[in-house]
Amino acid sequence: MSGPDDVKTPATSSPDDWTWLSRYTEARIALGRCGPGLPTSAHLGFQAAHAEARDAVLKPFDAEGFAVDVAAHGWDALAVHSRAADRATYLQRPDAGRLLSPASETLLSEPRAPADIVLVVADGLSSRAVQVNALPVLEQLMPRLAATGRRLSPIIVASQGRVALADHIGELFGASASIILIGERPGLSAADSLGLYLTWMPRRGRVDSERNCISNVRQGGLAPADAAAQAAELIERMFRHQAAGVSLARLPQLPALENDGSS
Amino acid sequence: MGFSHTLGGTIYRFDDLRTLLAKATPLRSGDVLAGLAAQDAAERVAARMALADLPLRHFLNEAVIPYESDEVTRLIVDQHDGHAFAPVASLTVGAFREWLLSDATDATMLAAVSPGLTPEMVAAVCKIMRLQDLVTVAAKCEVVTRFRCTIGLPGRMSTRLQPNHPLDDPKGVAASILDGLMYGVGDATIGINPASDDVDTMMRLLDMIETLRLASNAPIQSCVLAHVTTALKAIERRAPVDLVFQSLAGTEEANRGFGITLSLLDEALAAAESLQRCPAGGNVMYFETGQGSELSSAGHCGVDQQTLEARCYAVARRYRPLLVNTVVGFIGPEYLYDGKQIMRAGLEDHFCGKLLGLPMGCDVCYTNHAEADQDDMDALLTLLGVAGCTYIMGVPGADDIMLNYQSTSFHDALYVRKVLGKRAAPEFEAWLAATGISDAQGELRFEPARLMPALPLLEAER
Repeated sequence: MSGPDDVKTPATSSPDDWTWLSRYTEARIALGRCGPGLPTSAHLGFQAAHAEARDAVLKPFDAEGFAVDVAAHGWDALAVHSRAADRATYLQRPDAGRLLSPASETLLSEPRAPADIVLVVADGLSSRAVQVNALPVLEQLMPRLAATGRRLSPIIVASQGRVALADHIGELFGASASIILIGERPGLSAADSLGLYLTWMPRRGRVDSERNCISNVRQGGLAPADAAAQAAELIERMFRHQAAGVSLARLPQLPALENDGSS
Repeated sequence: MGFSHTLGGTIYRFDDLRTLLAKATPLRSGDVLAGLAAQDAAERVAARMALADLPLRHFLNEAVIPYESDEVTRLIVDQHDGHAFAPVASLTVGAFREWLLSDATDATMLAAVSPGLTPEMVAAVCKIMRLQDLVTVAAKCEVVTRFRCTIGLPGRMSTRLQPNHPLDDPKGVAASILDGLMYGVGDATIGINPASDDVDTMMRLLDMIETLRLASNAPIQSCVLAHVTTALKAIERRAPVDLVFQSLAGTEEANRGFGITLSLLDEALAAAESLQRCPAGGNVMYFETGQGSELSSAGHCGVDQQTLEARCYAVARRYRPLLVNTVVGFIGPEYLYDGKQIMRAGLEDHFCGKLLGLPMGCDVCYTNHAEADQDDMDALLTLLGVAGCTYIMGVPGADDIMLNYQSTSFHDALYVRKVLGKRAAPEFEAWLAATGISDAQGELRFEPARLMPALPLLEAER
């Protein structure tokens, strides 16, 4: 006579017995299977990673709120908007994300103290990257830049911005160099990577090969302090050689531009 | 010369063939971005009606990019086979659609007419076809190619094992290869996208796969998807290069952006054949394409992205490739916005490639900033399986950790083969059974032990 306790739960999925190979790669190997399908845990684990990436792309960036946080550090800040009115436009029209909206253009065209370096923070493809990693980078970067004696713009906080938005902003300030901190396209393994793009003589029409990039700035990637140190070093070289981009990257120990789709 | 069509009392005018083709294209973000798309749905369908009335012969008299300024146009015009064109020479684009769908038109007739078709003719008919039309006609096409495996036989569906690693670490790559082989994936090729495009990396990875191949007697063909100039250097150094890879575009200008010309590709084909690793009469080239790459490199010449994609296939067919695939969702939402646009583009590319005689596969894929997810990929994968797609990608868990996008997984390959009754290439199937990766009935056993000696760099540290 058998009671309910004797009914065994049937095995519903089969593990792959080469999980020890995972020491060699972060790839999703040895996931196991149920028929041709993924075991439920692996299936939902993938959805969780994708959800994090999607939310990072789609979550609206509160530029005004972020500008208040910046100002609380004692730095001047201005919130602006690109010509991409919403996220759907931003994703389909990279050209709109590279230009300031008419209202923002007017704002930045008001008489201001001239600047040698413009500083921009933009959501790019991950507002989360900016929320998590931009202030830690600025905390390390601003003192280094201030110590050079060069004139800095207010920190321009932009929503729906692409990398080249810094060209339009730099042009309005007549700046010699620009630094933009921008959210990179999220991957399944990291949704909060920040990139820093540096451009000499930022003007509309600059192309990617004329920039230098420091990418993968995040917890578990390049530390904010290291990114700030690299950026300060790059800025010095740019002023010394009066150039940026591929020509500067050919010098030893400098990172070349990596195109991550947010340009 | 211009075209016009009256619809609902409005006369729609189209200045030239290039404009007519662009306006007739189903909506996609890349054509909007390029400023080439129809203003509204009515203009789009009016353009389709004007296109349907256009005789196929017209395409022999009006180029979308001038003959004088573009070597892809020159290739298309110069390689056109008037004799093969004869059976459809009297048809309009609309009648050509009906001829393609007709039960009387079989695989032999489609293959015979193929050299007589220009990519623009194929792109045109594609624009007036529904998804089911694209599936029906593609499923009738038979394109068979050979290296160590025979690819494209009826009832078969092959897979590229794509074991990428962000540091090109041979051990990391080998771990993913083993995982894929256990799932019966890899009969199209084991194809690695290197993070670092240099000859040393390429040779290190090729040597690892060559060791595996010789030790296990696997009928696999390998490929490191470096630039064609890197492959030429590797061939000079006598590396075990099976397939030579290159990304293609549909205009001379965009190909210049990829660092290639037709004469460079001629050189690459000759070099690959000189190694004599492929049985006589076999196929040694591997090409990838994808809608939007010409706009992306500012070389679109005012032509819509689907027509340009078809022009890539005119370049590809000159080299009798073993494999071609469209990396359909990789380029991002500014070219193909969402699952619907990606799905349509994947089926268009597969249809156009097949009709132009190519062994057409599809990287069913998307990026995290596209409006798409695994459900969209499942739908496209299933449709492509029904359409007789030559091969798909196999990436561990669908997550490419080097290129940072989502493709199809080893599990997805199992799924589509199972529900559609598709099998791997015969040579590969026999090898799976001979090595005990599958049993006598062809069922996978998931027991890696017998393959481990062929991957010594993993075994050593176990």
